[in-house]
Amino acid sequence: MESLSNKRKQLEVKPLNFWERAYLPAIVKGLSITLKHFFKKPVTIKYPEEKREFSENFRGMHSLKRDEEGRERCTACGLCALSCPAEAITMTAGERQKGEENLYREEKYAAVYEINMLRCIFCGLCEEACPKEAIYLDGDIIPSDYLRKDFIYGKDKLVEAPLNQ
Amino acid sequence: MELADIAIKFGLIIVIFLISLVIAMYSTYAERKIAAFFQDRVGPNRAGPFGILQPMADGAKMFLKEEIIPANATGFLFIVGPSLAIMTACIGSAVIPWGQSVTIGDRVIPLQVTDINVGILYIFGVVSLGVYGVMIGGWASNNKYSLLGAIRAASQNISYEISMGLSIIALLMVTGTLSLGEIAQQQHGWHWNVLYQPLGFLLFIVCAFAETNRTPFDLPECETELVGGYHTEYSSMKLGFYLFAEYINMFISSAVMATLYWGGYNYPGMDFMGNLLGPVWGPLFGTFVLFMKIFAFIFFFMWVRWTIPRFRYDQLMDLGWKVLIPLAIANIVLTGIVITLLK
Repeated sequence: MESLSNKRKQLEVKPLNFWERAYLPAIVKGLSITLKHFFKKPVTIKYPEEKREFSENFRGMHSLKRDEEGRERCTACGLCALSCPAEAITMTAGERQKGEENLYREEKYAAVYEINMLRCIFCGLCEEACPKEAIYLDGDIIPSDYLRKDFIYGKDKLVEAPLNQ
Repeated sequence: MELADIAIKFGLIIVIFLISLVIAMYSTYAERKIAAFFQDRVGPNRAGPFGILQPMADGAKMFLKEEIIPANATGFLFIVGPSLAIMTACIGSAVIPWGQSVTIGDRVIPLQVTDINVGILYIFGVVSLGVYGVMIGGWASNNKYSLLGAIRAASQNISYEISMGLSIIALLMVTGTLSLGEIAQQQHGWHWNVLYQPLGFLLFIVCAFAETNRTPFDLPECETELVGGYHTEYSSMKLGFYLFAEYINMFISSAVMATLYWGGYNYPGMDFMGNLLGPVWGPLFGTFVLFMKIFAFIFFFMWVRWTIPRFRYDQLMDLGWKVLIPLAIANIVLTGIVITLLK
């Protein structure tokens, strides 16, 4: 039968010659290949001490941003929670009181803002949904922990450090 | 025999015993480190600087593990197995000449526990005893995998002992003696036996790999087919003894190979160095050279492990019976002809 692609190649099986049957040259060749690897630099990254460089668009831990005056940007609109496919984000809104203008940019702010890091899939949809540019996944890898409850991160871990202290 | 002589002999035995234990211990570390380097990894590096305390940690772990003797195992033989394995591994070092005699004052101390005139036969006896440890352990476990591993080990060792013995016969025709001490002496000044017996050495090293159950001949304990092989049922330090025995065997067979074929403690420029270093440090430097050769062989064992895949069982038997034995016999005939013609 003719092949459709016309790319058929006839292989011929040659009988092994003496050196191939003796097997030893092949062993020597193999040994030289492994020896080459012996002197190669290891590819291991010793993780806790060394860190692999992240790519520019790596998505790690979330951070809630502040504006140029150091006020929290988040206005608790809930769009991030709505966009989250894993339903990892939850929040409670609060009203800004008089005298808190230097803390919160908008009149409404997130009194409680929690992300369950065990649910989060780091898709970045919250980042895209946010109209206030308040949330970014620009942090590190989420550290390990012992209890499930410790993976629910509140504002104490999420909000960016104040500008000048 | 004077009391001092006995004390010196006893000291020598203790030192050799300790050295072989330490080398076996650090062979496990070296194996893991070298394996890592061959695979572009780093290897153990957490216990101490560069991980050099890793063998201690492993040993402590082995001792602290639960000691399990299966309900249907033959209790006594189950314990005899690993004991025999480690004992036969350790006593092989008795006839190896570690160096020329050291002279302190008017006392001459030979760096060899005993120079019996049938040293090679002794080594062979010990090696063939070694299979009993594996055989008894596998049989006493009352486990099919263990038994299969033990049977494999026994048949493999028996088949390869034949070609090993035959390859040695050709060497004996060249040297004319069975004493390891004399064989080492004869190789003084570039008369290394490997130059006269290259084929014999090749056969011997292949058989040494098979006798020590190292890759590519590690069928008795191949994980993919036999769970753990003959030591499937073993735990704690009894398992440790089996693993340890393998490394001591590797050390001893490296020492035997270095002594029989690669000049033992001889090295180029030996007479000059001997005069330079005096009657104590000269021979000890020879010992150092011997150990370098041994380490090179141990490295080779590990190097081969990460290069050549394991044989299939029928291939193993094919190689042993259809290739190595005929080659060994041909080697004997050839050696005989050459010796007759040169005389």
